[in-house]
Amino acid sequence: MNWLSQTLTSSLGKKLIMALTGLFLILFLTGHLLGNLQLLKDDGGQAFNEYAKFMTTTPVIKILSYLTYICIILHVIYSLILTIHNRKARPIKYAVSRQSENSVWTSRNMGILGTIVLLFLVIHLRSFWYEMHYGSIPTIEYEGGGQIKNLYQIVVEAFSQLWYVILYVVSMAALAFHLSHGFQSAFQTLGLRHQKYTPIIKSAGLLFAILVPALFALQPVYIYLKNL
Amino acid sequence: MYFKLKIWRQKSPEDKGGFQSYELDDVSPDMSFLEMIDVLNESLERKGGEPVHFDHDCREGICGTCGMFINGRPHGPQRGIATCQLHMRSFNDGDTITIEPWRARSFPVIKDLVVDRSAFDRIIQAGGFVSVSTGGVPDANEIPISTSIANEAMDAASCIGCGACVAACKNASAMLFVAAKISQLALLPQGKIEAKTRAENMVEQMDKEGFGTCTNTEACEAECPKEIGLVHIARMNREYYFAKQSSESLSEREKVHEG
Amino acid sequence: MNLDAKIPEGPLVEKWTRHKFNIKLVNPANKRKYDIIVIGTGLAGASAAASLAELGYNIKSFCFQDSPRRAHSIAAQGGINASKNYQNDGDSDYRLFYDTIKGGDYRSREANVYRLAEVSSSIIDQCVAQGVPFAREYGGLLDNRSFGGAQVSRTFYARGQTGQQLLLGAYSAISRQIANGMVQIFPRTEMLDLVVVDGQARGVVVRDLVTGKIESHSSHAVILATGGYGNVFYLSTNAMASNATAAWRAHKRGALFANPCFTQIHPTCIPVSGEHQSKLTLMSESLRNDGRIWVPKKGIKGLTAKDAVHIPEEERDYFLERRYPSFGNLVPRDVASRNAKMMCDEGRGVGATGLAVFLDFADTIQRDGRDMIEQKYGNLFDMYKQITADDPYDVPMMIYPAVHYTMGGLWVDYNLMTNINGLYALGECNFSDHGANRLGASALMQGLADGYFVIPYTIGDYLAGMPYEKIPVDYEAFQLAEKNVKDRIENLLKINGNRTVDDFHKELGKIMWDYCGMARNEEGLRHAKQEVIRLRDEFWKDLKVTGTNDELNMSLEKANRVADFFELGELMIDDALQRRESCGGHFREESQTEEGEALRIDDEFSFVAAWNFTGKDQPEELIKEELVFENVKLTQRSYK
Repeated sequence: MNWLSQTLTSSLGKKLIMALTGLFLILFLTGHLLGNLQLLKDDGGQAFNEYAKFMTTTPVIKILSYLTYICIILHVIYSLILTIHNRKARPIKYAVSRQSENSVWTSRNMGILGTIVLLFLVIHLRSFWYEMHYGSIPTIEYEGGGQIKNLYQIVVEAFSQLWYVILYVVSMAALAFHLSHGFQSAFQTLGLRHQKYTPIIKSAGLLFAILVPALFALQPVYIYLKNL
Repeated sequence: MYFKLKIWRQKSPEDKGGFQSYELDDVSPDMSFLEMIDVLNESLERKGGEPVHFDHDCREGICGTCGMFINGRPHGPQRGIATCQLHMRSFNDGDTITIEPWRARSFPVIKDLVVDRSAFDRIIQAGGFVSVSTGGVPDANEIPISTSIANEAMDAASCIGCGACVAACKNASAMLFVAAKISQLALLPQGKIEAKTRAENMVEQMDKEGFGTCTNTEACEAECPKEIGLVHIARMNREYYFAKQSSESLSEREKVHEG
Repeated sequence: MNLDAKIPEGPLVEKWTRHKFNIKLVNPANKRKYDIIVIGTGLAGASAAASLAELGYNIKSFCFQDSPRRAHSIAAQGGINASKNYQNDGDSDYRLFYDTIKGGDYRSREANVYRLAEVSSSIIDQCVAQGVPFAREYGGLLDNRSFGGAQVSRTFYARGQTGQQLLLGAYSAISRQIANGMVQIFPRTEMLDLVVVDGQARGVVVRDLVTGKIESHSSHAVILATGGYGNVFYLSTNAMASNATAAWRAHKRGALFANPCFTQIHPTCIPVSGEHQSKLTLMSESLRNDGRIWVPKKGIKGLTAKDAVHIPEEERDYFLERRYPSFGNLVPRDVASRNAKMMCDEGRGVGATGLAVFLDFADTIQRDGRDMIEQKYGNLFDMYKQITADDPYDVPMMIYPAVHYTMGGLWVDYNLMTNINGLYALGECNFSDHGANRLGASALMQGLADGYFVIPYTIGDYLAGMPYEKIPVDYEAFQLAEKNVKDRIENLLKINGNRTVDDFHKELGKIMWDYCGMARNEEGLRHAKQEVIRLRDEFWKDLKVTGTNDELNMSLEKANRVADFFELGELMIDDALQRRESCGGHFREESQTEEGEALRIDDEFSFVAAWNFTGKDQPEELIKEELVFENVKLTQRSYK
């Protein structure tokens, strides 16, 4: 095995991939959120639809989106590999285990939280991403622009269903817990730990983990309430 | 005090093993946990039964020989101590106490609560040393070392190799143990010379032994009898990534030491 | 038998240098043709195995623990002496030599002790190079402290874990040689017999503690580095499994056992809390720098530390300050220990068992503040609280003496070779350097000196004259030794009596402690001897060992060791009987000054008592090695 593949298949290498893909996805979340905030604008969806068009047609964004797909896939695959490996490392479980006394719940349940986020992602992509790319979406014409796809309408229709809103809120809660551990954990894995900066990273991570999913969850709730 | 004990009994590595229940009365709160097991064993032997086998030696928390998973926690309910330093006054009269061996693929059970931790020795053999032979070394004061570095190295060096980190970790990961040695020697100027090969070789051996990987739950730090911190795992990670991208070694572990 | 210590000619300071030049060397290319067995992986064993492997010898290293890193050297707290004179306070090899000889109460060999002082500095260099994180000053240089009443600061330390750090250094060195294939390691393997062929040590018989397999290993030389025998007393600061078996089996194969009655009692241990007590925990002697030792003037049964706080000043007896006004609480270990015992014998002991005295910090806390005390002794106070549930910041500590170290051991010459050719004894296992009393921070020094800097030279002198051929393990001597071991195990297993090993061991320990401990007298020793013989007979008739040989069987392991403790205990008593002087760590009641202090008798007892095993149930033969002092003047100690 050459040195690179050996590094990436070592325990620390796999961890490195989890951390790097995780951090990239954190960046993606930030961008995605900023765009989605257009939904909250009271302009009948124009800003949002223009944003959606921009996201699906700009070459740089395209590259970034492929990178995002790769990161999601790697993050999922490596988490599976690591989980299987780690389960093998303890073939016989303890009869009594009180892990709550030595570690926090989220840190031990990243797999479950991640699975919820992944399931959400599938539904989410099916509803919007697939529709946008391959589905038949009504178009709309704005002043000064041609016909563009009216994704806003699809979003509003989706978010007027209560079960869909609840799914979003629950999933965002899972994402929040996932991030509350994942954010700072990624820095630890990269070896970035220092008594001066780690408290800042941990606070920033917590803030991010609360704020970003909360703002994401706000959108379906806002639209649902507005359309009641 | 009165206790109900549920203890893992396993005759041999091949035996399937299972829990046995015992009752123990007249336990003094001043007894250490191991002395409580001694008392149980005395009574078992008098009745012709086999005593519960468990590893122990110094009984003052420094040799790292003892280790039991007590009521769901390695070394029992208190922090910063080994099993031998635990006293019965830490329990309530009438408690049921479940005692299990360390559970990890890399720590196979030999008998009852005794496990084989030789994987740790092999990891040290892979690089947990400074390659100096006896004699011919410079004067001890030749290289000054700041107190903060010396102290941090000492924090890491205080590892007793008991395996509680592996036992505590939900992934049975040995990273705190491995990191403690890599970190100690990476901090000290004497160890820096071989820092790269050490990090590469020790991590490789750790993986070969079949330990799990770290998911930063921090359980190891919480359960370490010497309270060794995650800061050392972070340092190991840095050392390893740096070594991997900059060392001269192209493939798997090379014989870097004279044969 | 005439004992030749092989001390080199010449002035004291040149002996070792000259000797190193005069001894024979093994050609580097031929070293790999020699196999050496090293028993034990403590400071002495691990350092010897690593250093010899580095030279090119093939090493087989054995330890009964699950890993070489767990040997009991790891528990040493205080520090390691070296005559570096880093503090510019007038230290030198000669001063360290002088202090060690004097501390040993003039019962050790000048030449050996001088060599120890001479190599002490190299040990520190070696350990630092290995990455041992010794304590440092703010400028980055090594820190020293004064220890055990020494007039100079020569003790190097790594927090309260110096033994651990030094051992892990030696363990790293041996690990490196295991990786190199030069050391073959056998953990969980216990030596049960020595094989001697034509007067030469040629191998050992061992038992694999996991499978019970009895196996022979052949070699050109055998090194025993198996530590001390303090566990004869059952309760001691030694680890639970520390034992004398390897050394004792060597003794029974002809190796002389020297000064067996020289044991060291440490004054500041945490007292016994009850029948269940399995071992004793030492607390650093440094506590006596700030604590005041007392008992009530009138005995109070079961006095607890909580109640002691209310005892008014005029009803307290600060007995060390009273009896030794100039040294007070800082009298040497043996004096402090003996006086504590005396108070308890008078019925003034405290605590539930009446076997303890108070060590009180109330005055110091009032004077220097709690913070100051916390800084100095925080760890120790926490440890004390953990064990006893008493908080020494609020109530006085309780302490009592405990067996800590054994100065006696296998007799060795200047080359560390026993009287059996090719059998060496290193570290606490030999008798050589500490005389009748060991100074603080010198055990670590001796273990590493022997392993790193003495044996690598001296063993070559012997091996250079050896043929390369090894004796095959199917040779008769090996077969006989194996049979001997197997028979004994079988005998232990088939007694099937009623009493457990621990039960016997506790009783033996109590006899030894009561009659052959800190203070002894002829009558008591004679009584003890009868008692030990009686108990030993009972042991072989009424012992109960469950399980079989073919598995991990810790009761069997213990039984094997305790059986040897019985024989060794008897020899200790014999040795104590013949030494009718008070000396070093022990007090012979018949030999005291008018003021009740220890009285050494130099013209009669200035010798090493080496005992020769003459056969089962035969009295052992005493062989004397006269001690010659050419460089130091013998003086009586006085601490008044």
